Amino acid sequence: MLPYFTHDYGNPSSVHRWGQEAEAAISSSRERIASVLDCEGNALSFTSGASESNNLALVGVALAQRHSSGSNQIVSTAVEHPSVLNTLHWLEREHGFEVVLLPVDSAGLVDPAALEAVLTKRTALATIIYANNEVGSINSIAELGTICQQAGVPFHTDATQATCYLPMRIPDLHVDLLSLGAHKFYGPKGIGLLYVHPGMVLEQLLHGGSQEHGIRPGTENTPLIVGMAEALNIAFEERDETAEKLRGLCAKIVSTVAEKIPASTLTGHPSKRLPNHASFAFKGLESNALLAALDIQGFACSAGSACKVGDPEPSRVLTAMGFDREWSLGSLRISLGRATNEQQVDRFCQVLPGIVNRLRTAVGWQTP
Amino acid sequence: MNSREKSVAIAMSGGVDSSVAAALLARSGEAAFGVMLRLWSAGPAHSNRCCTPADVERARKVAAQLELPFYVLDVKAQFKDVVVDPFIDGYANGVTPNPCIACNRSIRWRLLLDHALALGASQLATGHYARVQHLDGSTRLLRGADHSKDQSYVLSILNQEQLMHAVFPLGELTKTDVRRIAGELGLLTADRPESQDLCFLGEQDYRTFLEEQGAGGLTPGPILNTEGQTLGSHQGLARYTIGQRKGIGISSSEPLYVIEKSLADNALVVGIRDQLGSAEFTITNTNWISGTIPKSHDLVVRVRYRACEVPAELKRLPGERVHVKLGQTLPDITPGQQAVFYSGELCLGGGMILP
Repeated sequence: MLPYFTHDYGNPSSVHRWGQEAEAAISSSRERIASVLDCEGNALSFTSGASESNNLALVGVALAQRHSSGSNQIVSTAVEHPSVLNTLHWLEREHGFEVVLLPVDSAGLVDPAALEAVLTKRTALATIIYANNEVGSINSIAELGTICQQAGVPFHTDATQATCYLPMRIPDLHVDLLSLGAHKFYGPKGIGLLYVHPGMVLEQLLHGGSQEHGIRPGTENTPLIVGMAEALNIAFEERDETAEKLRGLCAKIVSTVAEKIPASTLTGHPSKRLPNHASFAFKGLESNALLAALDIQGFACSAGSACKVGDPEPSRVLTAMGFDREWSLGSLRISLGRATNEQQVDRFCQVLPGIVNRLRTAVGWQTP
Repeated sequence: MNSREKSVAIAMSGGVDSSVAAALLARSGEAAFGVMLRLWSAGPAHSNRCCTPADVERARKVAAQLELPFYVLDVKAQFKDVVVDPFIDGYANGVTPNPCIACNRSIRWRLLLDHALALGASQLATGHYARVQHLDGSTRLLRGADHSKDQSYVLSILNQEQLMHAVFPLGELTKTDVRRIAGELGLLTADRPESQDLCFLGEQDYRTFLEEQGAGGLTPGPILNTEGQTLGSHQGLARYTIGQRKGIGISSSEPLYVIEKSLADNALVVGIRDQLGSAEFTITNTNWISGTIPKSHDLVVRVRYRACEVPAELKRLPGERVHVKLGQTLPDITPGQQAVFYSGELCLGGGMILP
């Protein structure tokens, strides 16, 4: 990746040899990624990340579908990432689409039968998250995709959280569109991609040159594209081994919380969840204080919504899963990575119960 | 960051004082982190002056400049319960509350201190102008070396346990020193104006605030002289304070002052200067920093934050109350305000003035 910042810096659209080198690097990166995802290289468009991919996909397809068939309904869930939910709200508000958000169960998962029941000829698009960013629960994307396919409805999934650890072969997933972002698999930040099934038409939203099939005009970011391809390949080479290790470490955290922290619960599905992901809700706690205490101990964790400036709001995802405010304000999400080792997890398990206890005492909350 | 055995939490507000306090701690090489409280305000149009989003951003930038970790704690609900509601209720009950005392007692030095300790700190530092002295196994609170900025008044509610954890990096400095240090270090809060008034009022007058909150004490009633004769009508007792001269709205040959707020008949009692004032009062909710009522004979008292100091003698009364006899008559002894006692440089504690 680094040489493309300093030495091989040609514009890939240029005729000269420096441009040709950059173009070749992008092209081979696209093919490397396509081979991991088992799709055609020209079905992939590089974007600035999954948020942009989600925007381009949802708005592009919704407008194109309405144009071609007059369909006006979009189906999704209440637990999508903000880059999906807020895009849908905008389509509803500014373009008059009818947005139907399917309910989720207490684990945050969509019932395929509910999706099937709601699809009609008027449905322009369905979008459902692959693995939830807050609670790690994994939707049956292949099953949901098949339902959409049979109903003739374009189906998009945000696979950002899933890429590193879950099946990613496009033909097996039955999706028409898929978003992912590189930094979730140790690639650089600021680069992602959008898979678009051949033949699927998107209204053009960004106008300019013909780069990235016109979906994403503008000079390509050669170093980040090369970095993403390399990162994806490394992640896939090691994924089974890493997943196995992390699943064991997560289980340790889950059992520690269950045994040692009263008024706590695992959020998300107990088994259908990302192998590197453990998430909890603690009654009578405020996430930000918990995150601060963990940070001071050297642990970088997150909560439902990473909000540093605004009011602490209950996690939307937990609220949709049926948690009341007293629980949903105190969420914690722990993502382990390739470098996480057993000693770190042991120390985490050692300090977490004490921190929760001290913070609860500080706010005067008594375990019932 | 590695785990720390001992560290200092520094309460930051985005103002120059707490920024310099943080800078001095950071410079001393102690392990430290910044904490900022998000307090209640009367709605988006009236941001709490202590913690607007811009203040939070400024504090965050100062912390980043000092390479201190920085965290925000939301205590809106608690602040509303223990500071704002009693403020509103106090006016409805005819007294003039001091919410800064309530905030320091229940928010800063209870909730924030407990949080700081729970986060792993062993001490809590603030940008107050006051000094702490550890002597013979006990901890004493001293006036800030800059007497013109001294803030020991609002810290008079501290007990030994709280004071043991307290650090005041600005205690030996003057405001001029603080501004100079802020300038030298290039802190972006160096030129922040001095904060005034109560933080949760935003830019509003307290009377407007009480109206908006639908507070009690805003019912019009009679204005009486000390003989009980009606002179006119007032706009609600909460709008007036003891010793007030302007804004009474009664013309008279001699200037009239508010002498008493009589809750029973919702009457505002006014009189001439000579009728105003008293040389004694009773306090309750007392806090003595040493743990016991002071015995010294050279006591002086302040009956408001910026009041002049006058000699005082204390006498214990039944039911946690203390009688205060003053060396001279004061015109503005106001129920609800805090009387704070000093002996030389020592701040000894105080209590709330009873009607």
